[in-house]
Amino acid sequence: MATRKPSGTSRNTREANPSAPAGVRDAVIVGGNRIPFSRAGKKYADASNQEMFTAALEGLVARYGLQGERLGEVVGGAVLKHSRDFNLVRESVLGSSLSPQTPAFDLQQACATGLEAAITVANKIRLGQIESGVAGGSDTISDAPVAVSEGLRRALLDASHAKTLQARLKAFAKIRPADLKPLTPATDEPRTGLSMGEHQAVTTARWGISRAAQDEVALASHQHLAAAWDAGFFDDLVTPFRGLTRDDNLRADTSLEKLAKLKPVFGRGLAEPAEPTMTAGNSTPLTDGASTVLLSSAAWAAERDLPVLARLVDAETAAVDFVHGHDGLLMAPVHAVPRLLARNGLTLGDFDFFEIHEAFASTVLTTLAAWEDADYCKAELGLEAPLGSVDREKLNVNGSSLAAGHPFAATGGRILATAAKLVAAKAAETGRPARALISICAAGGLGATAVVESV
Amino acid sequence: MTDSYTKAVNSGFTKTLAKKLGLPRPAILRRFRAGDPLTVGPVLVVSDDASTGDADRIAQVLLGWGLDVRRQPSDDARWGAVLLVLTETRRPTDVSAAVLATGSVLRRLATNGRVVTVSRAAADGDAPALAAARNGVDGFLRSLAKELRAGATGNGIVLTGGAAVDSTSVLATLRFFLSARSAYVDGQLLPVGPADAAAPADWDRPLAGKVAVVTGAARGIGAAIAKTLARDGATVVCVDVPAAGEGLARTANAVGGTALQLDVTSDDAGRRILEHARTRHGGLDVVVHNAGILRDKLLANMKPAQWDAVIAVNLEAQLRINDQLLGRDGGEGVDGLRLVSLASTSGIAGNKGQTNYGYSKAGVIGHTRATAPLVAARGGTANAVAPGFIETEMTASIPFATREVARRLNSLQQGGRPVDVAEAIVFLASPASAGVNGQVLRVCGQNLVGR
Repeated sequence: MATRKPSGTSRNTREANPSAPAGVRDAVIVGGNRIPFSRAGKKYADASNQEMFTAALEGLVARYGLQGERLGEVVGGAVLKHSRDFNLVRESVLGSSLSPQTPAFDLQQACATGLEAAITVANKIRLGQIESGVAGGSDTISDAPVAVSEGLRRALLDASHAKTLQARLKAFAKIRPADLKPLTPATDEPRTGLSMGEHQAVTTARWGISRAAQDEVALASHQHLAAAWDAGFFDDLVTPFRGLTRDDNLRADTSLEKLAKLKPVFGRGLAEPAEPTMTAGNSTPLTDGASTVLLSSAAWAAERDLPVLARLVDAETAAVDFVHGHDGLLMAPVHAVPRLLARNGLTLGDFDFFEIHEAFASTVLTTLAAWEDADYCKAELGLEAPLGSVDREKLNVNGSSLAAGHPFAATGGRILATAAKLVAAKAAETGRPARALISICAAGGLGATAVVESV
Repeated sequence: MTDSYTKAVNSGFTKTLAKKLGLPRPAILRRFRAGDPLTVGPVLVVSDDASTGDADRIAQVLLGWGLDVRRQPSDDARWGAVLLVLTETRRPTDVSAAVLATGSVLRRLATNGRVVTVSRAAADGDAPALAAARNGVDGFLRSLAKELRAGATGNGIVLTGGAAVDSTSVLATLRFFLSARSAYVDGQLLPVGPADAAAPADWDRPLAGKVAVVTGAARGIGAAIAKTLARDGATVVCVDVPAAGEGLARTANAVGGTALQLDVTSDDAGRRILEHARTRHGGLDVVVHNAGILRDKLLANMKPAQWDAVIAVNLEAQLRINDQLLGRDGGEGVDGLRLVSLASTSGIAGNKGQTNYGYSKAGVIGHTRATAPLVAARGGTANAVAPGFIETEMTASIPFATREVARRLNSLQQGGRPVDVAEAIVFLASPASAGVNGQVLRVCGQNLVGR
């Protein structure tokens, strides 16, 4: 074996994205790694975000032989986060096998955190500021921070600032029995007081999405995810953690009959004639988990003989005015996608895969319905004609959040790595470039979307 | 996993007590550390008259390794090793002076000392007296090894096919037996044939620049193999089933290698291993078939799944992967490959409740011997290592009394460590060991059962 480490292979010499602005190069996706997702309070009940993110990072390092490597940046975050985790990602890097000289920062955009982290890393790579980076996220409901009440917090702060015993006692005297009740973490919208499920229940009713259609989406998610696991699709995307080897929310044996038996949990207060349709079966469960994606310039990957699955072509975020009820809380991606497609000269027909985050089955269905609705597309999206239909055969083909679960900040990394692997396999199979559209809705009326293309 | 008995009889009051009571006192074995001396003291090289020339040649090499080499027994030394060269012996009566000279220094053999014989294998067409003289060494060495104390071991090099005593593979084997790398190898005679092999630039890093794959690398012996291969210079691809990925990532990150989550029983396991090694590391030089499972049951109670799973993982997977690596599946395969399979003393001596495991491990020995000429045709070797009682998480789960008996039933009176198995594998996988092919090297402290 005379030659080792052959330099850049031909697959990485592709021209940069022709629609990208001048001076911008490709950011490629090398691969991903996550830990299996686990329903809250189960296998990861006492695992912290830092432990989970470190585990996901360590699996990525092991898969790609990155020990001691100084990466350009590691970016990630958590939605439910302890104040002690102010440097969650940097602390995870320090606890990993990466070079301690790898910089890192935390970022947060609700459920879009993971994808936004990838967009950020990709943009730094595209601008030539870094050669490589990891994007990801972690979230735990099981180990969520529990805060003290506002009254107790004020009293404690006043007491700590007090200079005399008397002043300290005065501060404590303000505490009322009700102040001693801890504040459990909530993801309710601060401006409406409604949970995400209640918001979506309104949207679901407005678009007339049926219970049966939602259950079908849920069933497909479980069936697709189970098939992907059985086919070994996740063998190089997931590293077990704490004895868990598969996503434990996955119900391979669920059926429409079983799903139909579940009682609605959201929208029970809807005004007649709307029926509550959203159940625990067609809504994502609270989940713990972490994910990472390795991105780099094509040259960086080639120098290290690393495989390249795809490139992150472009991304668009959007927000909607849900506070005044003008639009549904989770409708922002519906706005982002037409702008993203227009900028890249693409239509829905140009995609081989659609990865639409299943916050709720009805979120996916309202998104699809909105793009087909001429009035909505004209009035809200400013389009002359409906954006179009999504081929359901291309939608979440290896399952999504309803089956895998949804640890908020970890979902983006899961979806991005899955999409990258899917387009790579498709391109290898057909010999033609393959493309995936990613759409992730988020709290606060936010949404992030991205285009991934094979190399 | 700690052997507290061995600790106790080697320190403090319990040491004195054990001595007074005449209890067995297993020694603390010396293990390899880079930079440590090769032997624990001077080396005595003795031979019968006819083999003096070969003895001289070996002594010259040992001097070159910086050893204190003597040709006469004397009372003033604590001997680190005795080398008994009997390569040109013609009749049984020829050996007596050399053998007795060896015996005269055994009482002054240092703790962790070594006795190594170098002889020739009896071959077809040998005169009866010559065959007797040559084969006699086998019984002599195995008996002598049982007489040695204090962590000392006795092993033999058996030259085959006219191999020269100072050929690289013979010297590599000699170095292995003399060194702390062979701490738990005892009472073994290893055939070494002629081969075109180059000595490594650095004997402490024989695998520098090589790419090695270890299956079952997530924990236990597999993790130790990965670490030892990496320590000696190899880039290591760590393979285990996806479900063992957490430990696998730990191993890969500890050795600076890559983790490949893969079920060795999958149809294309060999091709995927080869592709990973080639695309990520530029080639493949060493494959260690370590992945194995136990499904112990008396045969009368054996369920089909218990039998079939053991055969599938321990035996069929190795066969299928080897076929793909050697291009026997229609692919191109790879040249110069070093294959090392994990057999077991259970496959040699048998073990109650392990008909499935014993079948699989004896099968490994069978296919290793049959693969040897196939891989030799492409410039490689195939060998097996048969561990005896090794201190692992698995053996730690054996009930206390059974475990205590099992770990004392060998000449060294203790269990081996995973690294002992790994050292034997590194030796077999090294370029200099090209003359060792189709062999089964036991790492068992000379277990009392089996050969």
